[in-house]
Amino acid sequence: MRFLVAPFLLAAVCTAHAVALPVTTALGYDDARHLLTRTGFAATQAEIERYAGLTREQAVKKLLAESTRTALTPPPSWAADSDVFAQRPGVGASEMERKRFQQEETRKGLELRGWWVTEMLSTPSPLTERMTLFWHNHFVSSQQKVKLAELMYRQNVTLRANALGDFGELLHAVARDPAMVVYLDSVQNRKGTPNENFAREVMELFTLGEGQYSEQDIKEAARAFTGWSIDRSTGEFTFRRLIHDDGVKTVLGRSGKLDGDQVLDILLAERQTGEFITRKLWREFVSPNPDDAEVKRIAERFRESRYDIKSALYALLTSDAFYAAENRATLIKSPIDLVVGTLRQFDMRPSATIPFAVAAAAMGQNLFAPPNVRGWRGQDAWINSTTLLARKQFLDRMFRAGDGGSQTFLATDTSMVQPPGRSIMPAGAQDPDAIRQIQFRRAMDRGLNSVHFDRTAWFEQFSSPANSDGHARAAIRLLLATAPQNSLDLQEEPLGLVRSIVLDAAYQLK
Amino acid sequence: MTPKPTMDRRGFLKISASTPLLAFPFGFATPVAHAAVPAAADYDKVLVLIELKGGNDGLNTLVPFTDPAYYVLRPKLAVSRDRVIALTDSVGLHPSLEPLFPLWKERELAVLQGVGYPEPNLSHFRSIEIWDTASKSAEYMQEGWLTRTFAAAPTPASFAADGVIIGSPDLGPLAGGGTRTIALSNTQQFLRQSRLATPEGEPHNKALAHILKVEADIMQAALRLSADYPFRTEFPQTAFGNAIRTASQVIANRAGVAVVRVTLSGFDTHNAQYATQARLLSDLADGIVALKGALVELERWHRSLVLTYAEFGRRPKENLSNGTDHGTSSVHFALGGRVAGGLYGEQPSLDRLSGDGNTSYAIDFRSVYATVLERWWGVPSSGVLNGRYTALPMLRS
Repeated sequence: MRFLVAPFLLAAVCTAHAVALPVTTALGYDDARHLLTRTGFAATQAEIERYAGLTREQAVKKLLAESTRTALTPPPSWAADSDVFAQRPGVGASEMERKRFQQEETRKGLELRGWWVTEMLSTPSPLTERMTLFWHNHFVSSQQKVKLAELMYRQNVTLRANALGDFGELLHAVARDPAMVVYLDSVQNRKGTPNENFAREVMELFTLGEGQYSEQDIKEAARAFTGWSIDRSTGEFTFRRLIHDDGVKTVLGRSGKLDGDQVLDILLAERQTGEFITRKLWREFVSPNPDDAEVKRIAERFRESRYDIKSALYALLTSDAFYAAENRATLIKSPIDLVVGTLRQFDMRPSATIPFAVAAAAMGQNLFAPPNVRGWRGQDAWINSTTLLARKQFLDRMFRAGDGGSQTFLATDTSMVQPPGRSIMPAGAQDPDAIRQIQFRRAMDRGLNSVHFDRTAWFEQFSSPANSDGHARAAIRLLLATAPQNSLDLQEEPLGLVRSIVLDAAYQLK
Repeated sequence: MTPKPTMDRRGFLKISASTPLLAFPFGFATPVAHAAVPAAADYDKVLVLIELKGGNDGLNTLVPFTDPAYYVLRPKLAVSRDRVIALTDSVGLHPSLEPLFPLWKERELAVLQGVGYPEPNLSHFRSIEIWDTASKSAEYMQEGWLTRTFAAAPTPASFAADGVIIGSPDLGPLAGGGTRTIALSNTQQFLRQSRLATPEGEPHNKALAHILKVEADIMQAALRLSADYPFRTEFPQTAFGNAIRTASQVIANRAGVAVVRVTLSGFDTHNAQYATQARLLSDLADGIVALKGALVELERWHRSLVLTYAEFGRRPKENLSNGTDHGTSSVHFALGGRVAGGLYGEQPSLDRLSGDGNTSYAIDFRSVYATVLERWWGVPSSGVLNGRYTALPMLRS
């Protein structure tokens, strides 16, 4: 089968990307590329070759079977520190002590971002990291508010452990996750003076979606979550019985002396929850426009499997819609897709990854700090004049002939790039903070300059036809999800060619 | 998705890139391009927004120097009475704002007291989002108020851009949606970077169409902006002075732009406020004076409205670190050749603070926006602002 299909597809190269295949057919090169790009950060030639020839079902089973629950990269040394909560400056602390503590947490936050980017680059299961990122953008918490990098790390561990597990368990785990408890003000939710923040968002953003509940449901649910808090010395979740409201509540028509977990179960029992999550998965993996009938069908599978996330993904990734021509190249790469994908695709091995996390932040995706509880909006919102030029400047720099003097972060537009975690920054040149910022940018620049692209080795991976532009066509087919928008000169020297391809608008799509 | 005219524009862009003399083909042959503005909206008048990022302390900006409560709340931070630049017999400006006093005397400075909104949010991020989207306190909106404005009443296609954001990574009131917004720090650098834009191609889906539109916006702005207007005005040698210089360069372009936003950061003065705020207000005042000088040179001062805004003011009672914490309403400035100078709103009462020690508001910030929309540009405001807000009489016709 495989040997019959491949030559036919090769003939269709370059012009037609996106050929939808009948269900039983094996994946061709473009299909495998599509599957791996959408489920990972970029598909390399070697990865595509491993998947081309498998059936859809085989390929998706393989992807799901290879998923993991823990990160391979060892976390920063402070991550396991269980006392950090107790070490926070107390009421009597001086402003200096507070500032120093906060700067230390900001520094740890940067390390954490670097750690995650390292994991994205080295993981044997890119799908695991993509799903961890997906849940990070679903169950949003931000270090901007949570402050403690340790709590953000713990949340990331929880998200990864359940990323392809049971959605119900994930929801329960997140609701008592310390970073979430801080982020959505559960700590301030007490009997008599309920704070509705978590109760509102758990319905609106985590399970049901807007308009599927009443304001009264939120008020009642908030009472059920009173007393969910964190231990002041360990930063672990704790339930404070004394401030819990144990009266009768009615949520979505169900009454009783409900506690928080029971409310979550009520939300999980709603058909709407499965559809809401499925719709969001669709936008992540398939296209910006979910097909209602398909969403209902897949959501039904999801429910029948008792919210097994792998079952939902299996249904989604083997569907005709996923492979349909009209859904190819319809998603805009996130900054992380672009940065991590480029490093993976070109086998660039940075000596430090923090500068790349900061580069993604400058493009609008600051890991561990989504802009608000709704998360990154994604798709069109990724691209405006600033972020598009930031993307292009980054790419231009990665593929510029051996200089080393180029500066992305310094240039003259220093004010455009802010160190993550500090968006309220003083201006003014004499300011010590401003000097720190300049030093920071210099360090980031050095980091970006540390990567090397071995163009000879990279082009040698193509076993393409002997004619003169065979390699060029193979590279275009590998790198772009749709035809290039500019006319590319196939005779250009390798580095110039790669640079032209990645600067083409089509490279922004996946 | 992308209609035919876009193709024409692209065709044009290719030609004009190589033949600069053809660079202004769109029927705005006159050097000053305010001819093609539709009758509905008068975008020939430019709006310059100055964001005081971090939340400027209004109480030390416009000082109620006869109010005993002020000195009780500010034992360390109060501006001493003899240093205040009195505007009336009860309020006066911080001494760093002295450069603005001539504008006050010429009645080109409107002082808007107690600008805020109901149920104030004290988070930087959320509160600026409320201001930028003109939402209610508990309402989440995706599009900035200017984005909605330009969707309802588009600027002329010949404009270099709807808005230019200077020196800030976020688009604020221009976020979300189809505006032609350009963000840059420095016009020269933008022009240099814009060579990376490649607005070619046949978009066959919405995502690609969006990317190509942004590329085309960059190209259009790059073609129409210049970086070399020979101002005689001297700009302050500060980061904010550079931003004002860039704003002036942007406004000097002949094609037109409706909004320019500059940002002055560092107002989050939780500790050692006095020196920091004095420096920032001095930067602000010097910057505004230079901006006026540049706009007068361009003969645009009477067609410019300069407005300050911020996420919130600061708490009246100073904290234990010689600073102030997040507050609510604050004072803001409107300046320009057509501004009807004077005081508006009222100074929030320091005797009746809220439970968390903050002030009430006198002017809803959406009334300021309504003034811009209706009295400045002539755009109906209730649709854009999702409600009726009374415009202030702070502009002369």
